[in-house]
Amino acid sequence: MTCNPNDYGCGKYPELEPVLDKYADVRGSLITVLQKTQDIYGYIPVDAINHIGDRIHVKPSKIYSVATFYAQFRLEPVGKYLIMLCKGTACHVNGTDSIEEAITEFLGIKDGETTEDGFFTLNNVACLGCCSLAPAMLVRSNEGTEAYGNLTKEKTKKILNDIKGREAKEVKI
Amino acid sequence: MKVVIGQGSCGIASGAQQTAGEFERYIKEMNIRNVTIEKTGCIGACFLEPIVDIYSDEDELEGRYVNVFPEKVGEIVGTHLIGGKTAEAYLINKESEKYLNLQKRVVMRNCGQINPESIDDYIKRGGYKSAEKAVKEMQPENIIDEMEASGLRGRGGAGFPVWKKWKDTREQESDVKYVICNGDEGDPGAFIDRALLEGDPHNIIEGMIICAYAVGASSGIMYVRAEYPLAVERLEKALKQAEEKGFLGKNIFGSDFSFDITLRIGAGAFICGEETALIASLEGQQGLPKIRPPYPSKRGYWKKPTNVNNIETLANVPYIIENGGASLASMGTEKSKGTKVFALAGKAKRGGLVEVPMGTTLKEIIFDIAGGIRDGGRFKAAQVGGPSGGCIPEELLHTPVDYESITATGAIIGSGGIIVMDETTCMVDMARYFLDFTAKESCGKCNYCRIGTRRMLEILERITTGTSKDGDIEMLNELAEKVQDGSMCGLGQTAPNPVITTIRYFRNEYKDHIVDRKCTAGVCKFETAQQ
Repeated sequence: MTCNPNDYGCGKYPELEPVLDKYADVRGSLITVLQKTQDIYGYIPVDAINHIGDRIHVKPSKIYSVATFYAQFRLEPVGKYLIMLCKGTACHVNGTDSIEEAITEFLGIKDGETTEDGFFTLNNVACLGCCSLAPAMLVRSNEGTEAYGNLTKEKTKKILNDIKGREAKEVKI
Repeated sequence: MKVVIGQGSCGIASGAQQTAGEFERYIKEMNIRNVTIEKTGCIGACFLEPIVDIYSDEDELEGRYVNVFPEKVGEIVGTHLIGGKTAEAYLINKESEKYLNLQKRVVMRNCGQINPESIDDYIKRGGYKSAEKAVKEMQPENIIDEMEASGLRGRGGAGFPVWKKWKDTREQESDVKYVICNGDEGDPGAFIDRALLEGDPHNIIEGMIICAYAVGASSGIMYVRAEYPLAVERLEKALKQAEEKGFLGKNIFGSDFSFDITLRIGAGAFICGEETALIASLEGQQGLPKIRPPYPSKRGYWKKPTNVNNIETLANVPYIIENGGASLASMGTEKSKGTKVFALAGKAKRGGLVEVPMGTTLKEIIFDIAGGIRDGGRFKAAQVGGPSGGCIPEELLHTPVDYESITATGAIIGSGGIIVMDETTCMVDMARYFLDFTAKESCGKCNYCRIGTRRMLEILERITTGTSKDGDIEMLNELAEKVQDGSMCGLGQTAPNPVITTIRYFRNEYKDHIVDRKCTAGVCKFETAQQ
């Protein structure tokens, strides 16, 4: 592949090439491309922005503006388990703030932060639509997404502890 | 016999998959024959999840079991599947049955009844008949006439007559036209579209086919929030099945009408529920709204005529074509026809989805259907319409839910979220919560929305932490008016509603916070001895 001198990400993201091949000439596909990038890498690396821009003919500044406009996109890597804590109205009324406290107490991370071991990232999200189970959260990892409802501080800590336990076991094996 | 287990997002979060696993295990281990296990979508009675329905071989409902956690499965298997008798103790009770029986199901008629992942199930219940009838027997103009007769108004929030939008798009001359299904249900507290997509995705696809035929579009886009992974998964399956059956693609039903649907996933921006912002997002831009007119019906996606409909709106369409517009018009009030699905959550005893004819009163919904307040609490207010809506107090509970009556209270129907609040909810904190949401979600294009909501939030933060100043309420009211006037799109125009309504109906609570530095609900934590 010949690289454009301004393309700092050229050749660094081989997994992304099939996506770029597919969408290079599809107009308006920038958000889809960014979503696929994030699916692959878990976040959008800054160099990848340069490379995407070069391949789909959109200026990197434009890509950056779009990537920072939408809540979904992250420019930093996330933990293995992404905790999406619902901050919807029903969850607010039913005490999601205390659940956030519990997570912060247990994992030592705040909204948007990742634990030092790289296992957990906490993201507050607008509404998961599980309002009758408020307060609720989703935990997403490579194995899939798990939903947890009717949370209490204790229940939340137990769920996180169970995940930690599973992790410890896997490491041993 | 058939064991049907509700597996919408709520059911799964309540443990429906474990329940299903238990059933499978028992049936296998005990070698029970002639019993199949199937899944269905959300019936809307979230407080009863996991729900298990057992049907006879003749497809008659023999027993509806509720809150079936794995430990209950053994007994149900023993008594019902083997013994042939219903396990009385776990059946739905009379009180809970009222929740379902008092509803009128039009758009949710199949939810919780069919397997959403099976197109054959949908066809068995008359599915795709309306699309076939529309494409083969009706002229686009007739369809628009039926839509006019039905009186259906857009369910996305604004309540604009659906037929007018369709007619407008129809009348444009263009080589390409688009229809877009707006499934960016961003209101925190509303989950109607999610349940419809998870429970009956083919109904929405069928509605879209009919709409496309009526307006003359050949290409469709479904835009769904990324926060709804199960809905996306089921929709993908449904689209594939519909293509395989030839309901989507070239020459549908042997006619010269061709139509395809692409699925696009939202990237998480509340503003994208606004149609021009949604279109910008589909074009790969930041989701910034544009000034209307020109409306998307004239100049929309890639500057072509585009018809944007909400999911619940489309869910009404197959019913209208099947039964005629007059049938839908027979339900509801003079100006608001048909039914509306409300997402009921908060402190109500029974939470979930409630579909009622327009014009039903809030009292009937909250007290008769949802059973009032849980844990013996006392009703304080109902928040209707999410961040664009308002808080309706007890003395206005007799208000019928139709577009005009709800708007008169200062709230809006919006996307149909109703959050019930009791005395443990602080109304000033609620106003702060919603402003925090809109201030974050403001796209930043209009100054008043971007800066005004921020300043309002700061004032509300002062009040809820006990550091308010004289004249804060007046300042809030003044800013509210300016933000409404100075914003281009619905987000800013309605953002002050939660503040205006709480000041109007709960001024005492504001005074308690400002003058006495106390929060009767016990929610706000005041900074001590600052004054």
